[in-house]
Amino acid sequence: MELQTTGVSIASVVLFAPLVGLIPLLFFGRLSDQQVRISTLITTLVTFGFSLLMLGSFDSADGGMQLEHIEEWIPGLGIYYHVGVDGISIWLVMLTTLIMPIAVLASWTSITERLRLYHGFLLMLETAMLGVFLSLDLFMFYIFWEISLVPMYFMIGIWGSKDKTNFFGREMEARIYAAVKFFLYTMAGSILMLLAILWLGNNAGTFDVTLISQMLRDGTLLLDTDTERLLFLGFFLAFAIKVPIWPLHSWLPDAHVQAPTAGSIILAGVLLKLGTYGLVRFNLDFFPNAAIDFAPYIAALAVIGILYGAWVSYAQTDVKKLVAYSSVSHLGFVVLGIFALNSTGVQGAVLQMVNHGISTGGLFLLVGMLYERRHTKAMNAFGGIWKVMPIYSGFALVITLSSMGLPGLNGFVGEFTILLGSANSEVISIWYTVLATIGVILAAVYMLYMFNNVFMGSVDKEENQELEDLSWRRNWYELSALIPLVILAFVIGLYPTVFFELMDGAVSNLVSHFDATLIAGR
Amino acid sequence: MENVLTAVPLVVLFPLIGALINLFFGKSLGEFGVGVVAVTASASAFVTALFMWAGLVAADYEAAVVVPPLLDAWIRIPAAGVEIPWEFRVDTLSVTMMLVVSGVGTLIHLYATGYMHGDSRFPRFFVYLNLFLVFMMLLVTGNNLLMMFVGWEGVGLCSFLLIGFWFDKAKGEGWKNSNAARKAFIVNRIGDFGVLMAVFLTFWTFGTLDFYKPGEQPISDHGYGGEEHAFVYEVAQADDEHGAEEAQGDEAEHADLSQMGIYNQAEIMFTEGGHHVSFGSVSLDFEDLMIFITLFMLLGVTGKSAQIPLFVWLPDAMAGPTPVSALIHAATMVTAGVYMMVRSNVFFYYTEFSSFIVAVVGCLTAIMAGFIALGQWDVKRVLAYSTVSQLGFMVAAVGIGAYTAAMFHLATHAVFKALLFLGSGSIIHGMEHGHHHLHGQAHGPGHEPEHDEEHAHNAPADDHGHATEHAHHEDDAFDPQDMRNMGGLRHKMPITYWTYVIGTLALAGIFPLAGFWSKDEILVDALLVGWEDGELRGYFTWLILLTAAAFTAFYMWRQVSLVFYGQPRHAAAEHAAESSPLMTLPLMTLAVLTIGVGFVNLPTDTPILGALIGEHYFADWLIHSVAHAHAGVFLWWLAILATVVALGAIFYARQIYNDDAMRDLHRDPLQALDPRASDAFRRANARLYWDEFYNKRLEQPFNRAAQWMAHRLDWAFWHDFVHERVLFRSFHLGSHGLSNTVDRRGIDQGILLLTARSVGEIARRLRRVQTGFVRIYALTVVFGTVVVVLVILLPVLRDLVGI
Repeated sequence: MELQTTGVSIASVVLFAPLVGLIPLLFFGRLSDQQVRISTLITTLVTFGFSLLMLGSFDSADGGMQLEHIEEWIPGLGIYYHVGVDGISIWLVMLTTLIMPIAVLASWTSITERLRLYHGFLLMLETAMLGVFLSLDLFMFYIFWEISLVPMYFMIGIWGSKDKTNFFGREMEARIYAAVKFFLYTMAGSILMLLAILWLGNNAGTFDVTLISQMLRDGTLLLDTDTERLLFLGFFLAFAIKVPIWPLHSWLPDAHVQAPTAGSIILAGVLLKLGTYGLVRFNLDFFPNAAIDFAPYIAALAVIGILYGAWVSYAQTDVKKLVAYSSVSHLGFVVLGIFALNSTGVQGAVLQMVNHGISTGGLFLLVGMLYERRHTKAMNAFGGIWKVMPIYSGFALVITLSSMGLPGLNGFVGEFTILLGSANSEVISIWYTVLATIGVILAAVYMLYMFNNVFMGSVDKEENQELEDLSWRRNWYELSALIPLVILAFVIGLYPTVFFELMDGAVSNLVSHFDATLIAGR
Repeated sequence: MENVLTAVPLVVLFPLIGALINLFFGKSLGEFGVGVVAVTASASAFVTALFMWAGLVAADYEAAVVVPPLLDAWIRIPAAGVEIPWEFRVDTLSVTMMLVVSGVGTLIHLYATGYMHGDSRFPRFFVYLNLFLVFMMLLVTGNNLLMMFVGWEGVGLCSFLLIGFWFDKAKGEGWKNSNAARKAFIVNRIGDFGVLMAVFLTFWTFGTLDFYKPGEQPISDHGYGGEEHAFVYEVAQADDEHGAEEAQGDEAEHADLSQMGIYNQAEIMFTEGGHHVSFGSVSLDFEDLMIFITLFMLLGVTGKSAQIPLFVWLPDAMAGPTPVSALIHAATMVTAGVYMMVRSNVFFYYTEFSSFIVAVVGCLTAIMAGFIALGQWDVKRVLAYSTVSQLGFMVAAVGIGAYTAAMFHLATHAVFKALLFLGSGSIIHGMEHGHHHLHGQAHGPGHEPEHDEEHAHNAPADDHGHATEHAHHEDDAFDPQDMRNMGGLRHKMPITYWTYVIGTLALAGIFPLAGFWSKDEILVDALLVGWEDGELRGYFTWLILLTAAAFTAFYMWRQVSLVFYGQPRHAAAEHAAESSPLMTLPLMTLAVLTIGVGFVNLPTDTPILGALIGEHYFADWLIHSVAHAHAGVFLWWLAILATVVALGAIFYARQIYNDDAMRDLHRDPLQALDPRASDAFRRANARLYWDEFYNKRLEQPFNRAAQWMAHRLDWAFWHDFVHERVLFRSFHLGSHGLSNTVDRRGIDQGILLLTARSVGEIARRLRRVQTGFVRIYALTVVFGTVVVVLVILLPVLRDLVGI
């Protein structure tokens, strides 16, 4: 099968816009630190602008791929340069372009060393992540997938915390340990995916996602049960590590705690979504039968993750680690929604990916602000922050509640829709929903534990008396990073219909073959 | 006039505007401005509610569904047929709640402007209070379960914020308040788990969450007493069959159940019988599924409406400022559970098993909390347990199918319990005034009460609005809420005294105050359920509630005696003074309402008064929205019995708590009575060890498990042992065996460390030497990436260049 090449589309513009920002960083010798920051901020904002244009030209009535840009690349192997969006990936692209300016703002004063390199990595990372969401060619996808590791590896390894850790009796920098662990762990997971990709490309004669999907659907490319399962697992392992699905989460607390604030924001906000996105895009679309077979087991892991992550984060004494483990719990919801294998669950999961980016990204941002003022993340170093920093704490309250899933804010809509979907799932039992809903209770337990210990109570510590609150005059970059997140938390909470509408067609297409398969299986 | 109903979003909007104004401009408005804004916002909501009432009367009680402008759909997923809109419902039930909430709410707002005077975060307090009204109004006006849930959790949030309002107090008080706030939220979340589950099951059972669709009216069997029938239930049953026929007729007309709201669908499916529901992995008979749904709802009710086993948060919630206790933790929010059950009366009416459980829970709560209230020293804690007990009455009423009576008691209780709480706030203020006065002159005569173990255990929160004023004698252990410090206040605070007595008598159920009518109706209905229908739950509900009513009268009169009678037991009580008119005015208004409000629902066949005033207006009104509502009847002997029981308990209380006995309160006069009474008092004082039990059996194991999982399982075992020892080591050893020839040092540190060290090395050099290496290194990485990207871009470039 052949694809028709097309002209340049806005998707390509969005994809490579961040790289344009590398030019001043690389070639303009006399940029001051502030100019480096501003030029990166502008680049990310312009990218966000382009992605808004893309959203504007997106046709919600069309459930397929849109705004495609196809070029021949390596014709002999059936490899194309192929980018495009559908109702699912567009929200993740929007999330990425939104989170990046916030990450730049979060680094405004906290990063002071080797600024050019740092901002260069940020921009490379943005293109890499966008590439994962936009690529419609497995070969391209894999390259972007792997490249996205590199900048994050260096961000953790170079600009991470100053902690030490004990590694087999030797003292070493904790951030190095975390960076290496992050890299190796994710790399290891990707190898099987590479094999699966090669197998598919070889057998289909093309690496194009749309073509392969079509061939699998119309039977041109037939997979026997075992092959389908193996391929499914090959993709699944890579994504499961990235999400991370319990019990493959061991790299996450290390990476989060050691990463600089912006690193944590990007990690939680976007990088983890590469995994959940992959599950939707490849595991569900390519291997529906295996997905049905494995759904109960994966959903069980998800439910364990929900409860385990929540329980473990309750016992943390480091605020950042608490938030890190809460991600395990939150992403458990996303995975549960995906493997409910019905449109309610999947749509909830896609929305919850965005929500998690907003609320957990916001939490890391808030923790970072506190860290800059007090240079500690230990929970017992705080108390009564609400009194000292009322505006900051007001924002913290909203973000905490959004993370807890208070109705009217974004987190609730996602969790509710996921649970509603899983309750109606043909493949998993209602008990999964019951247990996962208990996770909603636990979310209140650990989030309020954090909120109580940090923000409420009396100001017992001398050092906390004089902390500086947020204000436009002194630290505009903090307010301007927080405000969009809070606004979005309300918008998604009160009017999520816009989001569902846009993804409705794509998700319907996706789950239609589950419905067909399940009905046929009866 | 009918168009008036479309203005219903205003009941939410007015408080919201008030909250926003005070949030952003509160600081510059000053206390007066903030007060005006907040009270106006609340009063406007009340006026709107009045218009809703008038509009509903004009519309012949026909309910209206209103879609707010701008926001219409909330969660709409076309592919899955999920459609949950933002829709408001105006019917007699929601208007009743609106009137109660905004009416009592406005008075409490007014009172709070006096009570909170001088607090450093005065504006913030009113932001929360207005925000509470926003969510409470959402809760009662939403036309679907999920919108109700928004309000449900929202009021929980406001409750959290207000319980923890004084989170910054010194000496551990702040932490105590914060923890009380957190406890309230978490316990409520456990209940919310139940509501969420009920919502999921309801949705997939009925395909919608709407109570009723626009234009749809409840299919009802108006089974209440006609003129000739003394006993309601005969008629109810006769009408029941009739209703069923009607329902079937209805169904024949519009056979499409999917065009109906959940309650009418349930009505039809129940009356038809034999329905089977299957969705997802669930496949159950409709009747069985409804048992799950109603029991899940009940779990939510036990959280929000403080029933066994989740009531433990409410007494702790008294850490909040007193107006909050009155508004949220007595009059309105805690009744949300009762509202939800009455709203869902169709569900409960037909599921007898669930109704039975509901009745049991309500009864046990009523008697248990009534008992605990006997042994409390803190003036607000007595009222808190009293509230739990009264909520038990309402829940039990729902359990026996007395939906009108439950709502009636909800409304009257809101009035007189708000009165009592505000009265207690006035008492506390008076005590503080006295205490302050005392310290203004010279230091007190050292007339401090003994802080025995029980008292220390009670640990009442230091509840006052004058943090700054109080700061200079914070070392003083004086507790203005401890009734042992009071006594003889009736001469010092006459308005508070008289209004408090009116509230007490109403709560005790003395004719003709509001509490008499509403409590009596529950008792009569309970008895008739036993008597007429031969159901067990009727008898035991009647018996237990009657006993609980005796407890109520007793502990309330104990409180009145301890606070107002006898001689002052502390110098502060001697110098107590009446509160400002801002506070006494709401007290007097509420007292008048307490006297009058009971007459809106006189039972059928009330002698004299019935002819004079008219009977069961409230039931007639409610019937238009509560399908299975019915009016109560008047039973002479039961009214007399209940009154005698209440008066007897009051008399007995006064006997025990006489002026002599109250002179010295090292121990309670009950303890002096006889060993068994003493024992009972000790248990009541220790609150029947509920908190200890939960702490030991749930909280601590939960914490220990969390610690174990986090530190042992996740970190020591999974992170350190499996990942580092097992995975890394075996990799290391494997590579060791394979390559003995390679440099030992490299092997020793393993592949991982090798990588790690090189990064470490690079990082160190990057940090230390700002030589050309940095640039080379950075350029390598960046250029490497750029090259890869260019390779990817190659086709695009080629295309652009046109080769």
